Amino acid sequence: MQVDRLGGGGLIDRTKTLNFTFNGRPYRGFEGDTLASALLANGVRLTARSFKYHRPRGIVGSGVEEPSTLVELMGEDASGNRPVTTVPLREGLVAKSVNCWPSPEFDIGAVNQLFARFIPAGFYYKTFKWPNWHLYEPSIRKAAGLAGAPVEAPKSGHFENRYAHCDLLIAGAGPAGLMAALAAGRAGQRVMLIDEGMQAGGSLLNRNLTIEGKPAMDWVATTVCELDAMPNVTQLQNATVWGYREHNFVMVNERAPEHPSILERNWRVRAARVLCSTGAIERTLVFGNNDRPGVMLASAIQAYVNRYAVRPGKRAVIFTNNNSAYGVAADMAAAGIDIAAIIDSRETVPDAARAAVPKQEILSGHVVYSTHGGRLVKAVSVMPSNGGATRRIACDLLAVSGGWNPAVHLWSQSRGTLAYDEALSTFRPDTPVQNAISAGAANGDLTLADALRSGAEAGAGGGKTPEIPASDDLPYAVEPIWRVEQARGKAFLDMQNDVSVDDVHLALREGYDNVEHVKRYTTGGMGIDQGKVGNINIIGTVAIQKGLPLDEVGTTTFRAPYTPVSFGAIGGIREGSVSLPYRHTPITAWNLANGAFMYESGARWRRPGYFPRTGEGFQDAVNRECRAVRNDVGVYDGSPLGTFELKGRDVDKFLDHLYTNIMSTLKPGRARYGLMLSDDGLVADDGVALRLSKDRWIISTSTGHADAMNAHMEEILQTEFPDYNVFITTVTSQWNNVTICGPKAREVMEALGTAIDISPETLPFMAFADGHVAGIPARIVRVSFTGELSFEVNVAPRDLLALWEMTLEVGAPFGIAPIGSEANHVLRVEKGFLSLGHEVDGPIDPYDLGLGWAMSKKKADYFGKRSVALRRDGTTNRRELVGVIPEPDRMIPEGAPLTPGGERKATEGFVTACVYSTVHDRWVGLALLENGHSRHGETVHVRLNEGVIPARVTPPIHYDPEGERLRS
Amino acid sequence: MMNIPCPFCGPRNEAEFAFGGPVKPHRPDPNAVSEVEWTQYITTVPNPLGPVEERWWHVKGCGTWLTIWRDTRTHDIVEGPGDAG
Ligand SMILES: [Zn+2]
Repeated sequence: MQVDRLGGGGLIDRTKTLNFTFNGRPYRGFEGDTLASALLANGVRLTARSFKYHRPRGIVGSGVEEPSTLVELMGEDASGNRPVTTVPLREGLVAKSVNCWPSPEFDIGAVNQLFARFIPAGFYYKTFKWPNWHLYEPSIRKAAGLAGAPVEAPKSGHFENRYAHCDLLIAGAGPAGLMAALAAGRAGQRVMLIDEGMQAGGSLLNRNLTIEGKPAMDWVATTVCELDAMPNVTQLQNATVWGYREHNFVMVNERAPEHPSILERNWRVRAARVLCSTGAIERTLVFGNNDRPGVMLASAIQAYVNRYAVRPGKRAVIFTNNNSAYGVAADMAAAGIDIAAIIDSRETVPDAARAAVPKQEILSGHVVYSTHGGRLVKAVSVMPSNGGATRRIACDLLAVSGGWNPAVHLWSQSRGTLAYDEALSTFRPDTPVQNAISAGAANGDLTLADALRSGAEAGAGGGKTPEIPASDDLPYAVEPIWRVEQARGKAFLDMQNDVSVDDVHLALREGYDNVEHVKRYTTGGMGIDQGKVGNINIIGTVAIQKGLPLDEVGTTTFRAPYTPVSFGAIGGIREGSVSLPYRHTPITAWNLANGAFMYESGARWRRPGYFPRTGEGFQDAVNRECRAVRNDVGVYDGSPLGTFELKGRDVDKFLDHLYTNIMSTLKPGRARYGLMLSDDGLVADDGVALRLSKDRWIISTSTGHADAMNAHMEEILQTEFPDYNVFITTVTSQWNNVTICGPKAREVMEALGTAIDISPETLPFMAFADGHVAGIPARIVRVSFTGELSFEVNVAPRDLLALWEMTLEVGAPFGIAPIGSEANHVLRVEKGFLSLGHEVDGPIDPYDLGLGWAMSKKKADYFGKRSVALRRDGTTNRRELVGVIPEPDRMIPEGAPLTPGGERKATEGFVTACVYSTVHDRWVGLALLENGHSRHGETVHVRLNEGVIPARVTPPIHYDPEGERLRS
Repeated sequence: MMNIPCPFCGPRNEAEFAFGGPVKPHRPDPNAVSEVEWTQYITTVPNPLGPVEERWWHVKGCGTWLTIWRDTRTHDIVEGPGDAG
């Protein structure tokens, strides 16, 4: 039964009944309700338990300011910690309160209340500090009971991002925002009008005001209609401007956009100008037990009565320090709520305010100092501000209004400054920093007439201002009251985090007297609501205690997001495989069809790790592939290797600067291995350079470093050598290759058929030739990454699959096997070929790797030369590349430390790789070891948790040290 | 997200660029400077509170390495000492 639904009125659709469940009980509401208004209509008042003390709590606000009741939505669109006031009601909604178990009526955590005095501000910091906070954090969070993250991604749709540009972005479609949109829209500007509510109107949705003698919402409807017809105006409802970044870049979270499969859309808008017409938020008053269910913001009650046709109580007391609550009182009375008294802390109540409720008893110069009741307020205690007789007034609803704060969050995010306004007793926008303006209540223009005017002027931006329609509204006047001094019982400043006046006093006593420190020490303002109704009272409480004016205390920093934004919306479609796509070569489908075990192996390339045959495990497959290459022939797809074509008069000069060794002497048709350093002397990459002609080269880089080397080469070319005639083109994806390697590789090449003379005399190691292979245009390059005779057959991507399949077909009689990156790794370790990220780290230089021969003495300068020389000058105990043979024969994990004698001492190196060598039938490895070059034959010790492993030091080449096989 | 002016493409979103770090003094001839000078050049990167000259690579655009002056306090792109007039 919707016991508290008014008989008529409201912006709800009574023909559409919606069923929903809250904390396990079924209820009904109407289309147009929020979960909060529907619960109130059903007479539900106790809706939550507080975060720290588990005190009973109800609904306090009507929008994003709600500090009290957070709910968790269950089912398909599960989400946690949603303010109950921001959840639109829909059929089948299932929600429950957070912070209470098993229900808010019977809550086990409420026992915390008994220990309340033992949980003051800073309690957690003081108590859970040894050995560190992170040990305790998970269980404390669980006890605190905020909702968990949804277990599954939503099934019904996806998130997306959209970029947009506009001349004027208007945040908030209240009276000011609508007037601004009219002004700018009529002037032909590209306007985006963005509003967080389900429909435009802002405060006009909740108030009974008139414009041009008619209900204000009629004017809203006409205005929205006119804007709709303008092609240059984009209107978004149910969308929040949540972030304001540098260079007028604005983030917008649009919930439930028009397309059914899109859950939320995150807009990133670059706006020439931004108007913050974000309205104002009513602040609460601070007195004893001001958190009891039934204590609500006056403006929220006004919204429930007018917009949702809900009566949140039968007999109300109103406690205020300003005029706006008198308009609320009139609306409440009209809805049949009995108003027991208006308690106004001001000695003198302006006549304009009194005129709104002419017959009402008003206790001016009085304050409410405490409330009574259990799960619902039953009465309030009242006394004169300057002392005197107390009085108890029975009620089931207490409306509080502490005045209005312009919602300056977005303005502050734009780095615009704030100034304290004595007359309004609040901070309002002062000086803009970016191209931002502020209008309406957000600017402190708190009456409807002022809001319409300032909106029109802001939208016109110096151009023609549209005519301002006539309106009625109470003039605004306020006398601040930051806390009721006579308060009895806990007086909450931040209801969501259970921060009371005592906590702020404690923080100040303990020396946390900067407002930012008070915030962090007490956690006041750090909840999901970010202290929208209470932060100013914290500032006021600090000001009173320190005897300072508010503007000297200042505000804490306003940060994005203004209201919570789901991670899904920020990520957009960038999830799963789309977030960071894999790179593929043209034979990925073949690899998958042939049982390859595929994984990422650097730079997002998804490559075959190995090709297991039926019944074969990892090690068996890798061993078989290695044996194929060493004894017969293997083949792999080497396409991902970074490949660049360099063209121009000055390429040889450029390469001489880039590589440590001399490239310019290389003859066309020949290739040379080279090493590249960064200018601070670190090994940046290694690879092979091919000279195609006098001014045309192809160079290769490590697969994983291709992008970084591209950036490096472009940067030095464009910044250090802008006068060089060199053009770099990435051709990694234009040149694919099939690499045939093993003692029978030449026989396979001959079986494929080529007119190129591939004899070792004509096409020796480090030579290449262009022609055809198996009828396909190809370049054959004699390089070797396995230590065996190798032919790298480079072809266009469209020919790769055909060449691959033919190679396997004609290679079958020779025992050819496709090999993956695992076998490649084993083969290169056996040969002592270095791999960046394994053998090369920060302190290692070419000499340590045994590549001192590549450091040209002839060249006066190249990248890294001076730095390597400086670094080696006078240093001893360098870590040098060696081979290691574990004794006894066993695997050593990569990165395992070597310590002197295996003792618990500083390390003298580490194992960089360890593989099972099929040529030696045992485990072999590589290591970086202090003075390793002079320690061949010694025994060193790997220190692991499981014990110490001795290993014999050898030269780093475990196989064919003379290199006869790769030259064959 | 900053709006970075590319001399070829006009103002573009920061997401299209890769950061190249503050601009160091021109690379000296390593054989003509002292150890101290070389080490200074290699290791000392300008890091002012205020305007700094820095490089950005329009990697997802035209591929140009460009230079801007950015105020590290505000992200405002400002005129450098050499830009005036
Ligand atoms: Zn560009």
